[in-house]
Amino acid sequence: MDMNAPIGQNALDDPKSIVGKPLDRIDGRLKVTGAARYAYEFAQETTTTYGYVVEAAIGKGRIRSIDTRAAERSPGVVLILTHRNTPGQGTGSHHEAHPVLTDANVNYYGQPAAFVVAETFEQARAAAYLVRVDYERVAGKYALESNLKYAGSPPAQEGQPHPDSAVGDFTGAFASAPVQLDVTYTTPLQSHAMMEPHASMAVWEGDKLTLHTANQMLSQGQEAVARTLKMPVENVRLISPFIGGGFGGKLWVNADAILAAIAARQLNRPVKTALTRQQIFHVTTHRSDTVQRIRLGTDRDGRIVAIGHDVFSGNLPSEQSFETAAMQTRTLYVGANRLTRHRLVPLDIPIASSMRAPGEAVGMLALECAMDELAAKLNLDPIDLRIRNEPTEDPEKHIPYSSRHLIACLQEGAKRFGWDKRNPKPGQVADGRWLVGMGVAAASRGNPLRTSKANVRLDPDGILTAKMAMTDIGTGTYTIMTQIAAEMLGLPPDRIRMELGDTRFPEAAGSGGSFGAASAGSALFDACETLRAKLAGAAGMDPKAARFADGNIEAGGRSKRLTDLVGNAGMEADGEIGPGTTLKDFSQQSYGAHFAEVAVDMDTGEIRLRRMLGVFTAGRILNEKTARSQAIGGMVFGIGAALEEGLNLDPRFGHFVNHDLAEYHVPVHADVPVIDAVFLPELDTKSNPLKSKGIGELGISGAGAALANAIYNACGARVRDYPITLDKVLTVLPVQA
Amino acid sequence: MDNDDRRVRVTRRTVLESGTATAALMLTGFPEVALSAEPLSDKAVAPVAVDLQINGQSHTLHLDPRTTLLDALREHLALTGSKKGCDHGQCGACTVLLDGRRINSCLTLAVMHDGQSITTIEGLADGATLHPLQAAFIAHDGCQCGYCTSGQICSAAGMLGESRAGMPSYVTADLAEARPELTDAEIRERMSGNICRCAAYPNIVAAIREAAGTPT
Ligand code: FES
Ligand code: FES
Repeated sequence: MDMNAPIGQNALDDPKSIVGKPLDRIDGRLKVTGAARYAYEFAQETTTTYGYVVEAAIGKGRIRSIDTRAAERSPGVVLILTHRNTPGQGTGSHHEAHPVLTDANVNYYGQPAAFVVAETFEQARAAAYLVRVDYERVAGKYALESNLKYAGSPPAQEGQPHPDSAVGDFTGAFASAPVQLDVTYTTPLQSHAMMEPHASMAVWEGDKLTLHTANQMLSQGQEAVARTLKMPVENVRLISPFIGGGFGGKLWVNADAILAAIAARQLNRPVKTALTRQQIFHVTTHRSDTVQRIRLGTDRDGRIVAIGHDVFSGNLPSEQSFETAAMQTRTLYVGANRLTRHRLVPLDIPIASSMRAPGEAVGMLALECAMDELAAKLNLDPIDLRIRNEPTEDPEKHIPYSSRHLIACLQEGAKRFGWDKRNPKPGQVADGRWLVGMGVAAASRGNPLRTSKANVRLDPDGILTAKMAMTDIGTGTYTIMTQIAAEMLGLPPDRIRMELGDTRFPEAAGSGGSFGAASAGSALFDACETLRAKLAGAAGMDPKAARFADGNIEAGGRSKRLTDLVGNAGMEADGEIGPGTTLKDFSQQSYGAHFAEVAVDMDTGEIRLRRMLGVFTAGRILNEKTARSQAIGGMVFGIGAALEEGLNLDPRFGHFVNHDLAEYHVPVHADVPVIDAVFLPELDTKSNPLKSKGIGELGISGAGAALANAIYNACGARVRDYPITLDKVLTVLPVQA
Repeated sequence: MDNDDRRVRVTRRTVLESGTATAALMLTGFPEVALSAEPLSDKAVAPVAVDLQINGQSHTLHLDPRTTLLDALREHLALTGSKKGCDHGQCGACTVLLDGRRINSCLTLAVMHDGQSITTIEGLADGATLHPLQAAFIAHDGCQCGYCTSGQICSAAGMLGESRAGMPSYVTADLAEARPELTDAEIRERMSGNICRCAAYPNIVAAIREAAGTPT
């Protein structure tokens, strides 16, 4: 079905429904016992070989010569791929293809220059360091801020929001607004830093390729592999039942998969490879840094009359995707005059791509701090300012919201967090040598839906098997899908066999962009609806009146065992969901409010988060427990963005200096004190048949801004360049008497 | 060194001998530089026999001496529960117990542990009965993607032992105290060598707090 009309009452609305209950993660046992297998861990033949990537060691230029003689002599080496012996491949944007070792050109630091395959990992690694590459280096453009003059308008593209939007007369309205705020924020280069490195194992049988690979969107990945290797899609199989985190870093097919596939074909032996932690930062994608100018003009009462957001981000000259940081600025607050523009700067550094909440994650670091600055300027409580600017319809598209409870989240959060105890004047609350403050920020994230398919089969043994080429990247997909199927067929969860992570199963949306649960879940819902109708037909009952419970179907006082209806072969059904007109007729976002309390050392500027709360609405919550975990996970990403994370680019060589986990700081246990996430009840009948909205990225959207605003409230330091580290706070920290 | 294409030529010996050369290396950070001058031997590295006691079972392996304990487990014994997140002691995903103490198995060579006993995530449960930490991780949703989980659990098991033995941590207020109370702040500090990018942190702390009260 396509989502063309609001959803009426359905089976999930039953108050006793298992959907929403805090069921323990069904793959939890596999994970806590170490039995869950990830891409690099599949049972291998003794013939399996190991590949190791050699990265280009310049930012831009070409390979003048490459000497592999010593490496070839090295024990155990069976193959060295370079651009000289790698077959031609299909091309496309990084969403569509990932050709490797195509020619002598080096487009970015860390681009694979060779791939060494040996009998063991130790041998491959040792030999990789014997490959000698001689480069001809040319000048490159590396740093965003020093290359803004090269910024251009990215072309409007199918599947990507338009880079520009304008309503009314922004320039005139801003110029004549009685209260004006004009501020520029910067956010740094960031890395997904998921715990499982990108890894692949390639096995060929004739002209058929099987890739065990860490990939979030298998169906799309299957096409990208086929396109790159110039082979029929049906000859490519991707398998990925467990993925050790992705956060966008595994949305696309990466070099590990293609290198392993090409090498395995040449050797006629399985090849497996994992990028080293250090390689991941350059060989795969990252989030672009941004420069963002926000302009807010209000009347004297703080009602926005002009709102503008200009965003600069960078990418390789061959890539068109940009950081969509102004997307929520288009819809979050009122204002008759609006202007948003995204500009893209061509840079010779690795591919910039989606990282958790692309757009919102960094856009709201700017917008939600600007709102805090505006509140201070107007002498208004930041929550009050947001209430004054709450729209009744989407201010740019002039269409209704599918559901929107931002104010409820702000007010409920304020009550739970003790917001009334906040002193609005910065730098007033001391606890020993710590200055303590509170901050708030809105959370808002677009709610997409994608095409997805599912197949279900009920067997005579009473087991319902569901199949989808869907993934679980830690989001809880196995668990919520089990709950949906169990509820729809009236079976206990242990009667559901949920099979995911294989492109042999029906094509699915995959995990990304907060569309996974809604898309795959709705496809499964649709398949279960069809199966229910078939079962009702077999029982001679009206499908509309039939109820499914305890393995039975009941209607009109009659009851039948489902297992008696499916025959010896079992009974199957397919399902499908597609986006439809409700995405155009309704402005769809999930919403929330972040609250943070921080302490700033008045002498050193050291910043400590003390506690944090997120209150969210995201339609139907499919599993209270895993949803809370995911929301907290997003909030902690926000802590990292606010206080710790940033890749340091060497502007001379175009490489990321801190390319490992010792130097790229992500939050650890000690950085995450008391933190909680709460979902308020909501159903969104316009979003999808589950009436749910995406939650995977809502938690990060705005989270860091709440910390930044708390830092300002604590000590009066308004730092506009993320991450807010103590050196930056120190320079603005008021001098102690 | 600025933007020109000048090469720094250093042998491994000068790197060892000269602090200046080391500084130059750190500045450029190009792997080719460090390893270009003297090709390594092209003779195969002779395997070394090592006897590892893993989860109560003896395994005799003949390993390339460069094999880390982590790779010995994962690649030679198919014990893939221990994870490789960084291979550099930076993430904790590979944590195992060596004679009861937690170590990063990526930071040590297998051949250094002849005769020693190693417990991995696969050895924590008692048959079908989960270790209290494992059960608590499920109940409190202490994992999401699961890739850090083995390390978190093994690390927690080791940490609880350290805490019972009275070892203090950075946040222990009174170092002389015989047995500092295992507060949440203590758990967080002591577990900070185990990164969870999914950030199951509050749930992991809750799980450890619960399991700490369970006799093992
Ligand atoms: S893999 Fe050993 S600490 Fe990261
Ligand atoms: S559960 Fe994914 S890194 Fe911890």
